[in-house]
Amino acid sequence: MERSIGTIPIAQPQRIPFWRDVRVLRVLAQVAFVLTVVIIVGLLYANLTQAMARRGMSTSFDFLKLEAGFAIKESVIPYDPSESYGKAFLVGVLNTLRVSLLGVILATLLGIIAGVARLSTNWLVNKIAAAYIEIFRNTPLLVQLFFWYFAVIQKFPPVRESIQLPGPIYLHQRGITIPALHPTPAFRLWAIGFAAGLVIGLVVYRILLVQQLETGRERHPGLVGFGLFVVLFGLGVLLSGGRPFTVETPVLQRFNFKGGSNLSPEFSALLIGLVVYTGAFIAEVVRAGILSVRKGQVEAARALGFSNMQALRLIIFPQALRVIIPPLTSQYLNLAKNSSLAVAVAYPDLYFIGGVIYNHQPGRPVPIIVLIMGTYLAMSLTTAILMNLYNRRIAFVER
Amino acid sequence: MAEYAGPPRISLGPIGWLRKNLFSTWYNALLTFLSLWILYVVLGGTLRWALTEADWRVITANLRLFMVGPYPPDQVWRPALCVVIVSLLMGLSWGLWGGAMRQFAVALAAAFAVLALLPFPLPVRLWLLGNLVVLAAGYGIGQRVSPRWGVIGWVASFPLILLIVAGIGGVLPPISTQRWGGLLLTFILTIVGIGASFPVGVLLALGRRSALPAIRLFSIAFIEVVRGVPLVTVLFMGSLMLPLFLPEDVRVDQVVRAMVSITLFSAAYTAENVRGGLQAIPEGQIEAAKALGLNGFQTLLLIVLPQALRNVIPAIVGQFISLFKDTSLVSIIGLLDLVLIGKSVLANPDFLGLQREVYVFLALVYFVFSYAMSYASRRLEVALGVGER
Repeated sequence: MERSIGTIPIAQPQRIPFWRDVRVLRVLAQVAFVLTVVIIVGLLYANLTQAMARRGMSTSFDFLKLEAGFAIKESVIPYDPSESYGKAFLVGVLNTLRVSLLGVILATLLGIIAGVARLSTNWLVNKIAAAYIEIFRNTPLLVQLFFWYFAVIQKFPPVRESIQLPGPIYLHQRGITIPALHPTPAFRLWAIGFAAGLVIGLVVYRILLVQQLETGRERHPGLVGFGLFVVLFGLGVLLSGGRPFTVETPVLQRFNFKGGSNLSPEFSALLIGLVVYTGAFIAEVVRAGILSVRKGQVEAARALGFSNMQALRLIIFPQALRVIIPPLTSQYLNLAKNSSLAVAVAYPDLYFIGGVIYNHQPGRPVPIIVLIMGTYLAMSLTTAILMNLYNRRIAFVER
Repeated sequence: MAEYAGPPRISLGPIGWLRKNLFSTWYNALLTFLSLWILYVVLGGTLRWALTEADWRVITANLRLFMVGPYPPDQVWRPALCVVIVSLLMGLSWGLWGGAMRQFAVALAAAFAVLALLPFPLPVRLWLLGNLVVLAAGYGIGQRVSPRWGVIGWVASFPLILLIVAGIGGVLPPISTQRWGGLLLTFILTIVGIGASFPVGVLLALGRRSALPAIRLFSIAFIEVVRGVPLVTVLFMGSLMLPLFLPEDVRVDQVVRAMVSITLFSAAYTAENVRGGLQAIPEGQIEAAKALGLNGFQTLLLIVLPQALRNVIPAIVGQFISLFKDTSLVSIIGLLDLVLIGKSVLANPDFLGLQREVYVFLALVYFVFSYAMSYASRRLEVALGVGER
């Protein structure tokens, strides 16, 4: 059939058959994909329910209220075997958080030191850092944990012949004993003074800095902000009239230490292993970040009259941070996930406790696995969201 | 005539080198002395221990156990044959490609030569020398055939090695996976994990960038959930729940369960690496491919993937190295890999208290292979010109 506009005949566009229409195909492909997934999941689910029914397994979570009946060697909160499985699991979660938080802080410090050392112009320092990074990055964490636990900490001398390090820190078979800090009644005023000084000082610094940038008049933001902090903190210290902590140094008695706090061998091995392993990875992240800042940036800062410290603080560091934050986040997440290897040295983290609960309740693999994986997933996603927010704040704004 | 000063002296001599690299400022000198002291304490202490105190008989007496675990002793020639195949392929690659492959082949040959000098039993030494001969023969062949054969050889070696180790009914007696152990099991888990997780990872990465929401959401959910949990939990789930998911009459043994868990876990990480490469491909490349009349699959296979994968070689090799190290976690669910063999050797009353020797040896074995892989990846980057074009 032909129509015509004026005198020029044009062909009626042919209808595209539906099996060649991209819009139809897209919908069809998705329907096919979803159907396949649903069928596979359905089959697996049917098998699962059958197998569970056959073995008398249950998916319900109400066993969490039952009495646990097993002791846990170390715990942040008070716990005894007569409490519930749920409480025992909570103890595991807190133990995981404890080792992960401490590990993240220490690994960051070690990583920054090693990463900067790796860039040192001093040949020997550079090579020692390189050796540390390569050795610990290229061996499995599990082997390292076994090494720290079985070949180092368990070979420490008995308590009575403890190795004494400055501090005083004592190394012995039952772990590591360090001095304990106990807050005194004066601690509260110290803390209030410190926090108030920090917050008010920072706020005033920001306000003055913005004013200086907008008006161009010298406002001394750094000086005023720091002064305020010193005054407020000093006030808190003066009012409290005492020391914030009493330091309790451990004293060796006949069979054990009196005072101080003791880190168990399991906790020490896990912490050392995680810190040394993750520190090597963080060192590489830090090195890549610093190397990513172009030399011209420093030279330009110098030409503009920035001092060394100013160039580092205002030019190099913010730019390096942009490159460092995303991989650093994944290293922190790796550390938290790797803390599940605690099971290798029998430190009661959440995976270990989950395994113990499974041994007591072998008919409930599904809820236990859901509980363990769900907790790790929640931890990972929370950290990822927080770090992404921070990353968005410091990310490069394209103009 | 004007007088020209010569170029400044570049060579500094040993004292100049010391002054420039170790004692340029007072704090550098201080750091140098501190480093020397650390070196003396750590390296000196380690060497003194390794050469005088350590009892290395725990390693030499159990070497076969460390290498193949409980594999039947009369069948050990089969893994040994696999090593010969790898030697042949290394020699072949040296002849074909030279460059980094030459360094690897030479390093491997040197390792065989040094090991052959050690006091092993005669058959072992003959086998080591045989490897040397095969490597040289491979080099000779490699100079005469086309590079295609190198690629075919490496690809074919994966199933061939698996067949030789597992056995085929009628030709080689089958050996159940329960008898696989030691370094052999570690390698097989690594090879299967790399071979299976790479294609799955590429598919997941493509799925995550798909225009179809159903496929994209599925890929995102899979990747993020797997990346959010530790490998031990995935292995735990694989060993407890995989049997429940399958029909009653299908039995899957522990090793296969571990392989499935490792593959799915590693695929999620590979997918994220590949996605990074895909995102770096400019839209213009795809538009140009369409303008040239390539269809979707051709664009993907010939234009997008080659460029995307080349860009992420370092990240993917890094992922393979982690996979190799992560296979050690199967010891937690009770597979007799290198680490669990180490633990069981230590449980033997003849070798009580030798934890240092065993764990240092294990770390050394893992280190050699991981470091070789990362070295290879750096050379491959240079050869392919990553980041230069």
